[in-house]
Amino acid sequence: MEKQSAPIDHNNAVIRVHGLKKSFGDYPVLRGVDLELYQGENLVVLGRSGTGKSVLIKIISGLLQADSGTVEVLGNDIAHLNTRELRELRIRIGFSFQNSALYDSMTVRKNLEFPLVRNKTNITKPEIDKAVESVLDAVGLSQTINQMPSELSGGQRKRIGIARTLILNPEIMLYDEPTAGLDPITCIEINDLINEVQQNYKTSSIIITHDLTCAKQTGDRVAMLLDGQFQREGSFDQVFDTNDARVKPFFDYNFIK
Amino acid sequence: MDTANINLPEEQPLRHKRFDGLKKSLSNFFITLSNINTFILRFFKEAFAPPYEFKEIVRQCYETGVRSFTLITLTGFIVGVIFTKQSRPSLEVFGASSWLPSLVSIAIMRALAPLVTALIAAGKVGSSIGAELGSMRVTEQIDAMEVSGTNPFKYLVCTRVLATTLTIPILATYNGLIGILGGFLNVYVNEGTSWRTYIQQVFDPLTFVDFAASLSKAIVFGFTIGIVGCYQGYNSDKGTEGVGKAANGAVVTAMFLVFIEEIVIVQIASWFR
Repeated sequence: MEKQSAPIDHNNAVIRVHGLKKSFGDYPVLRGVDLELYQGENLVVLGRSGTGKSVLIKIISGLLQADSGTVEVLGNDIAHLNTRELRELRIRIGFSFQNSALYDSMTVRKNLEFPLVRNKTNITKPEIDKAVESVLDAVGLSQTINQMPSELSGGQRKRIGIARTLILNPEIMLYDEPTAGLDPITCIEINDLINEVQQNYKTSSIIITHDLTCAKQTGDRVAMLLDGQFQREGSFDQVFDTNDARVKPFFDYNFIK
Repeated sequence: MDTANINLPEEQPLRHKRFDGLKKSLSNFFITLSNINTFILRFFKEAFAPPYEFKEIVRQCYETGVRSFTLITLTGFIVGVIFTKQSRPSLEVFGASSWLPSLVSIAIMRALAPLVTALIAAGKVGSSIGAELGSMRVTEQIDAMEVSGTNPFKYLVCTRVLATTLTIPILATYNGLIGILGGFLNVYVNEGTSWRTYIQQVFDPLTFVDFAASLSKAIVFGFTIGIVGCYQGYNSDKGTEGVGKAANGAVVTAMFLVFIEEIVIVQIASWFR
């Protein structure tokens, strides 16, 4: 499905990252990353495995701490938030994990209810049921409501993972390798779902991937992470219209050339 | 090739290497000790602060208690029968086989019931907690809880530690009673002692200190098994190997600590007798 252009507010950055550095032991992964995500935008972060793409969104969501630099999310500098403030901020951010991270001891219904009942204490049972049905409908998996995660296919797990984040109506979505390990048709379905989420839930998203089809289909803007920094940024065609020996092979090896 | 000017790195003397290894091991040991300390302090800070996870605590009590019930019943009974059977010949030498019920009750209530229950729980419950949390860590389920605004430490760790601390004393008491029942079966078959006489002889030598020490031990063992299992699982390494290590570490460390605590509590109890 062709991506519809989304209304992007270029004057309103929901995420601002400046001079972000992160090392693991002696190995520097991020070496001064600068990034802005605008309201309503899908930003695709491309890069080879091990370049720190996932580390970047884990720092943005507060799962990892940066060595230096600033990360501002929805106007909050995450380094200066206390535990309660960070928890409140996280409710406004949806995080879709690479392996879906569904709670495997719970049914799909319980997985979806979990963030809701824990964050909205005054919510009633009919309201919970309505919200669960609504997000399941949004990802097209209403029939799986009583199934266990182990009974779902990889694509279904990804969708349920996305549904679980949508149930809290996040303003920002962070997708970690949303199409990894899926067949090409399911990949396209997930890409369409990402676009639908952007349109219907008015989210701003960072999509971490090394799948160029995903990048082309979902990204309003693409940024290429190389050697711990963003080296190229722009539309999909602008990023790959280059002879840069570090970028070109990434494109050449892909079937969509 | 002229090798005269090549600067080869000086080889460290063997004793320096050994010293470095020892220094690293000691440093790792103290870092782990400090991490465990922080983990325990965090438990006390978060377990008793609202919101309380009553529903999850009850579920974990069921998982810990009810699921171990059959095993505890079986082992308690076997321990009672075997202990009575093995003790009889020694007492008969001194013509003191009538003291058998008292010996059984003292041994079971003071030492065997809490210890056997703790060892079984360390194997069954501790490993299960370590593996479950380790697997949740590896598959990013703990991270998923954290990013969805839930406090995973409170939901996963505090509930499990409270559940083991609450249920293991109950299981230990039950194990003791079943052990005494096993002892009765053996005494009844061999000496024809009545149930009433047996029970009277069983409870006569027991004092308040015995019950208090036994209960304290079971509480401490329960806390240890829970906290060790959770620590190992919650901090497990990435990968399936990490899950295995967490489960194994939970059992081995908990068993070792249970024996250390047994010695300490027995010594403290002896001061009150």
